[in-house]
This record gives sequence, C-alpha cells and structure tokens, in this order.
Amino acid sequence: MPTDYVHQLDNGLVLLGEPSDAFQSAAFSLLISAGCRHDPAGQAGLASLSCEMMLRGAGDRDSRHLISDLENLGVERSESVGVSQANFSGATISASLIPALSIYADIVRRPHLPEDQLEAGRAVCIQELRGVEDDPGQKLMMELRRRHYPDPWGRPSHGEQDDLAKLTAADVQQFFTNRYGPRDAILGIAGNFDWQEVCNAADELFGDWKVQADYSPITEMAPSKDTHLTYDSNQSHIGLAFPSIPYRHPQYFEAWSAVGVLSGGMSSRLFSEVREKRGLCYTVYASLHTQRERAAVFCYAGTTAERAQETLDVTHSELVRLGEGVQAEELARLKARIKSSLIMQQESTSARAGSLSRDWYHLGRIRPIEEVAAKVDALTAESINAYLAANPPETFTCLTLGPQPLELPNGIS
Amino acid sequence: MEFRKHRLANGLEIVAECNPAAHSMGLGFFVRTGSRDETPELAGISHFLEHMVFKGTPRRSADDVNREFDEIGAHYNAFTSEESTVYYASVLPEYQGAALDILADIMRPSLRESDFEMEKKVIVEEIQMYLDQPPYGMDDRLKQICFGDHPIANSVIGSEASVTALSPDQMLLYHRDRYSSDNLFVAAAGKVDFDALVEQCEELCGAWEASKPQRTTPPVAMQPQVEVKPNANCTQQYVLLLRDAPAAGDDARFAAKLLTTMMGDDSGSRMYWDLVDSGLVESASLGHYEYQGVGMFYTWVACEPEDTAANLARLHKLFEEAEQSGFKPEEFEQAKNKVKARVVLGNERPRSRLFSVGGNWLQRREYRAVTDDLEAVSSVTLDEVMQVLAKYPLSQYATAAVGPLKSLEG
Repeated sequence: MPTDYVHQLDNGLVLLGEPSDAFQSAAFSLLISAGCRHDPAGQAGLASLSCEMMLRGAGDRDSRHLISDLENLGVERSESVGVSQANFSGATISASLIPALSIYADIVRRPHLPEDQLEAGRAVCIQELRGVEDDPGQKLMMELRRRHYPDPWGRPSHGEQDDLAKLTAADVQQFFTNRYGPRDAILGIAGNFDWQEVCNAADELFGDWKVQADYSPITEMAPSKDTHLTYDSNQSHIGLAFPSIPYRHPQYFEAWSAVGVLSGGMSSRLFSEVREKRGLCYTVYASLHTQRERAAVFCYAGTTAERAQETLDVTHSELVRLGEGVQAEELARLKARIKSSLIMQQESTSARAGSLSRDWYHLGRIRPIEEVAAKVDALTAESINAYLAANPPETFTCLTLGPQPLELPNGIS
Repeated sequence: MEFRKHRLANGLEIVAECNPAAHSMGLGFFVRTGSRDETPELAGISHFLEHMVFKGTPRRSADDVNREFDEIGAHYNAFTSEESTVYYASVLPEYQGAALDILADIMRPSLRESDFEMEKKVIVEEIQMYLDQPPYGMDDRLKQICFGDHPIANSVIGSEASVTALSPDQMLLYHRDRYSSDNLFVAAAGKVDFDALVEQCEELCGAWEASKPQRTTPPVAMQPQVEVKPNANCTQQYVLLLRDAPAAGDDARFAAKLLTTMMGDDSGSRMYWDLVDSGLVESASLGHYEYQGVGMFYTWVACEPEDTAANLARLHKLFEEAEQSGFKPEEFEQAKNKVKARVVLGNERPRSRLFSVGGNWLQRREYRAVTDDLEAVSSVTLDEVMQVLAKYPLSQYATAAVGPLKSLEG
C-alpha cells in the first residue's frame, strides 16, 4: 500500500502521503538539504540566518502579506534548521492545505531575501543564541553533542555570534543558491487530503524547480576538549554520551529499546534509581539521537552541587550496568509503551507527516506503522542482550556545567 | 461524539466526551485544589501532594504504581496550578479499566513519612532547576506584586523553606479536606466505555467522603508597581507585565483571547511585527489566562539588557495606540481565522480533548463541543474586544524584571 503514496518528481523532489479521512486537518513537513553542516568556515550560523530570511517575503508577497496569508489560512507553522536539513512544517484545516503549499513553494523557490531586512534577521539569530546562555541545561546538551560527534555532525545550528556578525546578504543569497533546490528535498503530507490532487499540485508547484548543484564541501571546525564549563548556577548539569547505531541499522530497534529500558516511562532504570530511590534529581533522562550515518545516546541529569558527584556516579553506573543486559519484564513494559505510542501517533497529522519525511531521509522508503509494530513484536531480551554484549556502553563523553568540576569515573573522556 | 455525565451519591461527578472513532482515550482526575487554597504555612503543599500521590497506597508501592502504568503503556502525568491538580493517563481503549483502577487508587495515597522526606529532596531539586531558568521565579513574584495578598498570587511550587517545613500530618489533613468526593471529578475523552466507567467509579470511589470544601474568591485590585531583581548571571533581560482580565466565568473571555491574538500572539501580531520580526527582542508575547473569579493578561519580553528601556517604551506605545485607535477589520479577521484553526488542530487528539472537557467542567460545570468554541469565536465583535480593552486597559500593569539591569529606567 505505501508505494501508492510516493511520487518522485523528475527533478528529485519526493512527495510522500498518508491520507486519512479520520481528520479535519492535514500537516506537512518539507525537508531541504540546507542544514548547518553546510556552513562554511567562519560563517557558523549561515544556514539559520538563511532560513530566517526565507519567510521575509517570497513570490508576489512581501513579508507582512506572506505571514498574514498563512495565518488567514490557519497554518500553524514552524521552521527549524538541523545539521543536515532545514525543515519547514505546518498543519492546517484540510481545505487550506494546497493554498498553503503554494505559499511554501514561493518561500523555498522565490524568497526575496531582502537586503534591508538582513540586520533584523541577524538580530533574531543573535537573540536566539543569547537565549541559550540563560538555559544551562540546553546549553550543556548542545555543547555535549558538539564534543561527542566529529565536526560537523555535532554543530549547533545557532552558529557563533562572531560569525553571525559578519554574514552579508550576498552570503545568504549564495547559500540559498547552493543549497535550496529539489535535490534531496522531501515533502511528507499526512491527514485529510486527496492524494491525486496533492500530486497534481506538487507537479505544478515544484515540477519546474531547477536542480541545485551537487556540491557540498564540509569545513571541519576544531573540536573542544574541555570536560567542564564553569557556570554560576544553582544546579550542576551533567551530560554523558556514548556511541550507538543509526535508524537504518538492522539492529536499531535493539539499541533503541535498550535505551527505553534505561529511560522510558517512570519505571525505567534512570528514573527509579536516580530520582525515585535516591531523590537526587528532578530531571534525568537518556535518549537515542540518530542521524543517517551515526547515532549516540545522550543522557542528562540536573542536581544541586553538593549531590552532583553522587548523581554522576549513580547515573554512570546505570549506563554501564545496561551492558549486562535487560530483563524480560522490562522489555514487556517497554513494548506496551511503544505499542500505545504507535497508535497514538496515528492521531496526530503533524507527527505522521514528520515521520514520513524522516523515514524517507533515513531509509529511502516509507516504513509503515505495521512494519514498526512487527519489528517491536519481534524484539526479545535475548536479541537486545546480544546487541548490548557486543556494544556495551563503556566509552563516554562527559561534560558538566555548574559551579565546580566533578571527578569523572574511569573510561570517560 | 456524545457527551455523557453521571453523579455518584457522594457527589463525585463523571463527565465524558465519547468518540467511538478514536484510537485511544484520555482519563483524568481533576481536583479542585491548588496554591490559592493554601494558607502561608502550607505554601507548596498542593504541588508536594501531587508528587506524593505517586508514592504508593495501601494496595500499591511507589514502584507498583509506576510499573503498572508502564505495563499498560500509559502516557501519564500530573500537574498542579493555582486552582487545580490534575492526574491523567492516555491509554488504548482496552486499558480503560486498568488505568482507572490505578488512578482511583492513588487518589487515596498512603503518604508514608519516609517517602515524604525523600520526595522533599526531589521538590527542592525542582525549585533549584527553575531558579536556573530565568525568568522563572519572577512570574510567581509578579502575581504578588500585582495582586498583593489575593490567594491567586500564591506560589504553586512554594519556596525551599516552606516545603522543607511541611509535615506529613499537615498533608494528611489537607488531603482529607481537598481530595473529597465533592471536590474532584473524573473526566474522559476519546473511545470511552462510559457505562463501564461509571460502574467502576461507583465501586472504587463510591465510599469516598464529601467535605463541603470552601474556596474564597475575593475581588482583585491590581497594583501597578514595579520590581527589578538584578541577576548578573543572566545574559538577557526578562520583563514580565501583568494585569487582571476577564475571568473564567466571563463570556468576554473569547473577546480577550482575540485581543491578545491581535496584540501579542507569537506570530503575526502587533508585538510580533514591531518587536520580534525586527530583532529588537528575543521574544515578546501576550497571553490571556483564566481562573475562577479572576483573569490575567500576562506579557513576557526577553531582550538584550541595553535595549530594554527602549523596547518597553515601544511596547507601551503599542498598548496605548490600540486603546485609542482600536484594530482594523482585517487584523480581526486574521485573528479569528488563526484562533479557529488552532481550536480545530488542538482538539484532534483524545488527550487534548480530555483537558478541554475537564477544563470546561472545572471552570463552569459545562460541556463545550469544538463547534461551540468555534461559534463563540466567530460571533465576537470588534466592539466587544474594545469593551474588554476599556475595562482592562493593557497600558496599566504591574512589572517584574530579572536580568543584568538594576533599573528599567532608560
């Protein structure tokens, strides 16, 4: 069935659909290969600034008309820039879907990138960067990711203030020309819509979009090696990362469910050992972050300074203990949670549209929910433990942020 | 879509929006208690009790509660506000009975002393966590600056000192008075088996006692004072403005919602175009919050410290311009279109409907279908918006700020 809802244009753009008349809405997620890993040396933040400029007028609408028209169509929208892609997503009532898509075609194909608004766009990006400084937990995890992955894969999309200050309108125009195009573009749509109508609209809106060059030099930035960031905060913020396997890997579900045992639901190991039994934290979690070619588990705990060492030690020992394997009962609970998540995800058009686009990026195909359910059913404690025995969490990247550094357990860099 | 309700002999009400086409269901206990019902020596007890509710019952240990919820794949949590404490779970329809069994059981927690002391530590961590995230803390403080000793100004989380001083006996008494059968109700939405729900509530909650609980709702008097808390660690300056506004029971709340959408929505509003789009601020938005007998217009601004005075002057001018010159019909139309689309989008999932059904019952003991809210938004006139603005002028407010600045004067 899923193959019925894939439509690839000659220029490369892939349209994916999941129509369902159970909704009054439809949602879309448009991925463009314009992420921050394409920021050239000395221009960290260019992908973000470009994305910010995209909505400041496009086609025959100026900045105000563009936003007003989207709002009159009832589009709840968001734009974000990741390492690999810029994501333009939105949801609206069904009747507004195609008019909304036609505005988005203008945005990604015919943006004005007005020079007289460059300073405003730059100021927005710099404000965002400054905001992160006041959120120590977010700052820590951003810096941990930067230290754990080889550059450019751990870059924060916000960029650097000094680089942002130097970017010009010509830089933005150049980035747009190089990166915005149908090559590797993915448009996933879920909800109440007519597939054939949407295919026709996509042909009309994107069919003559010229393919951008297949050229993406990556400039590596020097890694940071420090393991502590001094910060005058009430809590100490602790981050630990260890390598894992990406979504497309055959054993991904084993790796993912092992992390679920660690940190999925309130009966999971981290929540019960660190928070419930010892009262060390309010927030503690681990999650598997996957890119197409690499993945890692990122773990966070925030606690007052005097209990930070114990929190780090207990959290670290739970991560190491995971290497000894999981119990059948833990897996049974996890499967119940996954099953209900899969079904509840079908109640959200935005969640489904995002999944369609991501699946295509990672796998080059749509992965039906039934297939995910079958893979989850097939998981056993033995299959997970075989994965863990071969890939025990034992080498970690650790970063702490707070009033004082902590003593790192062995095996941590 | 069908609304059903039932009342047990002890006063406990059960309300549900039953949608046979849904894949899942949301279920919750809504308790009519929060920080506004606390005396100063009990500050933070509603929120602390919310944590303790998960710590076990005569039938279940804390581990059992977490484990059993996870075994049925429930997405569950709880939150405490100024006037309600809500416990909820989203589950597949076949687990309705199992979810209710756990939820009803934990409404009668053991409140063991050892758990009490352990959980205090977690709450202290929660307080410390918020203190690291400006402007948290100042939002509570601003309610006190604006509304003085009105109970709505009580802090939900309390302070480290007030929470540390609480005793298990105080909590037992508070629980007895506030978690009584006539001070909470059960709400459900999605694929609900209502007859089974009522039958099981009768069995599990039928013996709970009523307490005829009281809540005082004195009139509010807004005091337009300013308080600035210097914090050299902050990078940005955070400024919050607050004044009273239409309350939950006031039909003008829809006009208030449209007013804040035109004025201070996070996209496409006057504040957006003047302050956010231009990059003058990191963020600036205005929202309307409704409570029993009192409402709030709450403005949040984050910006670079040196631009603060100029930004606040611009913001004040926007408020005055709206009061003097009103809004254009196309702005009003755009706000209506936006709010209506949000109502539709925000109500597709059973778990969202649960909060809508529960919230309407909590505030007004009424059921409102999605279409009722859409019609209410459609029928608001610009005159009604201007009446709200005349009665609750945005240009008069109390101010609280936290950040590098010692004063907000330019």
